[in-house]
Amino acid sequence: MITLADYLVLSAILFCLSVAGIFINRKNVLILLMSIELMLLAVNFNFIAFARYLDDTAGEVFVFFVLTVAAAEAAIGLAILVVLFRNRGTINVTDLDTMKG
Amino acid sequence: MDFQVPDFSLVLPELFLLGMACLLLLVDVFIDDAHRRVSFRIAQGTLLGTALLTYMQMGGPEQIGFSGTFVRDDMGSVLKIAVLLATATGFLYARDYLRDRNLFRGEYYVLGLFAVLGMMVMVSAGSLLTIYLGLELLSLCLYALVAFDRESGTSAESAMKYFVLGALASGMLLYGISMIYGATGSIDLETIRAAIGERDAGNLVLVFGLVFLVVGVAFKLGAVPFHMWIPDVYQGAPTSVTLFVGSAPKLAAFALAMRLLVDGLENLQADWQQMLIVLSVLSMGLGNLLAIAQTNIKRMLAYSTIANVGFLLLGLLAGTPEGYAAAMFYTITYVIMVCGAFGVVIYLSQAGIEADSLDDFKGLNKRNPWLAVLMLLVMFSTAGIPPLVGFYAKLAVLKAIIDVGLVWLAVAAVVFSIIGAFYYLRIVKLMYFDDPTSDAEIEGSLDTRVVLSANGLAVAVLGILPGWLLGICAAAIG
Repeated sequence: MITLADYLVLSAILFCLSVAGIFINRKNVLILLMSIELMLLAVNFNFIAFARYLDDTAGEVFVFFVLTVAAAEAAIGLAILVVLFRNRGTINVTDLDTMKG
Repeated sequence: MDFQVPDFSLVLPELFLLGMACLLLLVDVFIDDAHRRVSFRIAQGTLLGTALLTYMQMGGPEQIGFSGTFVRDDMGSVLKIAVLLATATGFLYARDYLRDRNLFRGEYYVLGLFAVLGMMVMVSAGSLLTIYLGLELLSLCLYALVAFDRESGTSAESAMKYFVLGALASGMLLYGISMIYGATGSIDLETIRAAIGERDAGNLVLVFGLVFLVVGVAFKLGAVPFHMWIPDVYQGAPTSVTLFVGSAPKLAAFALAMRLLVDGLENLQADWQQMLIVLSVLSMGLGNLLAIAQTNIKRMLAYSTIANVGFLLLGLLAGTPEGYAAAMFYTITYVIMVCGAFGVVIYLSQAGIEADSLDDFKGLNKRNPWLAVLMLLVMFSTAGIPPLVGFYAKLAVLKAIIDVGLVWLAVAAVVFSIIGAFYYLRIVKLMYFDDPTSDAEIEGSLDTRVVLSANGLAVAVLGILPGWLLGICAAAIG
């Protein structure tokens, strides 16, 4: 029997992986975008688990909105990435350091 | 279950803004660069028209519509009018700057208007879903605006940083929202408030959710230790966008904190008060200390923002209606000061010259005495020198926390703001006692000069007569 707690733990693990992906990653900006997607999916997992447990549709409705917003967010992120690559010729995270202080 | 047609008159200002933004998108396609002014005029007309519609809605009891997802109350209306006026002022200051840099395009105004729509939705949010959607509409427009100068590498770099950290913040907020939903079984703020009243505050899932919500709000406000995006975005973005990012969204972030922490989770106040105290002390300390070390005025003002966010949080964490009103007063007056400060920076930036270094302010009094006076008023006010409005804002916030017995916090705040006074006064010293490094003519159009003067004088007038705006804030919080 899979309980609510199991779903929540899985979602928490996914969430932690994505946060670690954002902070540990020193190589490629694309991996940051993937981590952000993973983070939103972990949240969706949470919402679905709670909606099922509470027998309430609000959580499922929320997931549809999050999915849509995530798509828009990815579009903007990739657009900024293209602008960045045109100007710099690199998408290395370590090269994003011209401003300090 | 019967279907009810929602009361659309509640969202009339938002509908008007949405319609006009779409119209602007369409009109902009059909006009050439010589007539780009039309786009600017439509955007300004839309903002002022929406402000008028919002003003006409004001007064009367709180109205809830769209199945509880939308709330119209006086706090929302006052904040919306402030957002709209701050944006209109920002657009006006930015016009000549954008034209000189070949950035005077319709998309700037379309993105700006949609960002304003996001802020208005967020300010009026009655459920967690509306808060999230408004926040994302605002954030996505801001990411694009920061990257607006496509030729600039720093602009793109700061946009990327803003995007990644902003998305991280949204993720944190969303994770918190999912926990709150799981613990209370609802995404409606009214229902959440009632559900938490019944059970004990020690519910682990609830507190877990609260921590993530506070992290998300702190990110959006820019409180230490979630402030890393602010200096880079302020410095890297075109100055006109920095003005926009630094002004109106602060009002929306204040509304976000009010809706989430006060409207929704007021019964957990003991928990979030502790967290906000930590955030507030760190922000005031780090913001004021690091601002001293800056040589770029935009970066210096970024750290000044962080310090001011610490002050704003003081009013919120007091947890009393007086505290909320003081925080609201603080936010509105701070936005007026930010508009003034960045207005002067933009005005100084002529074609081909970016006046974003502190050295550009040297001897400003000799080059343009009136501009120096305006900057002096704004800097003195931000430093908290009476009788300017910044002093009353700080006083009101400090009074609110002393009333709830947090005297040590008030003392710390005063000490930090004395440290902070140093870098504001340094600007005044540079303007009045140093020799100019260039004698280039400072030009600007008449309407910009008039509004910038009114902006600077508002700081003095509101300082001498603070009762009017304080009264509005107190009445709006109710």
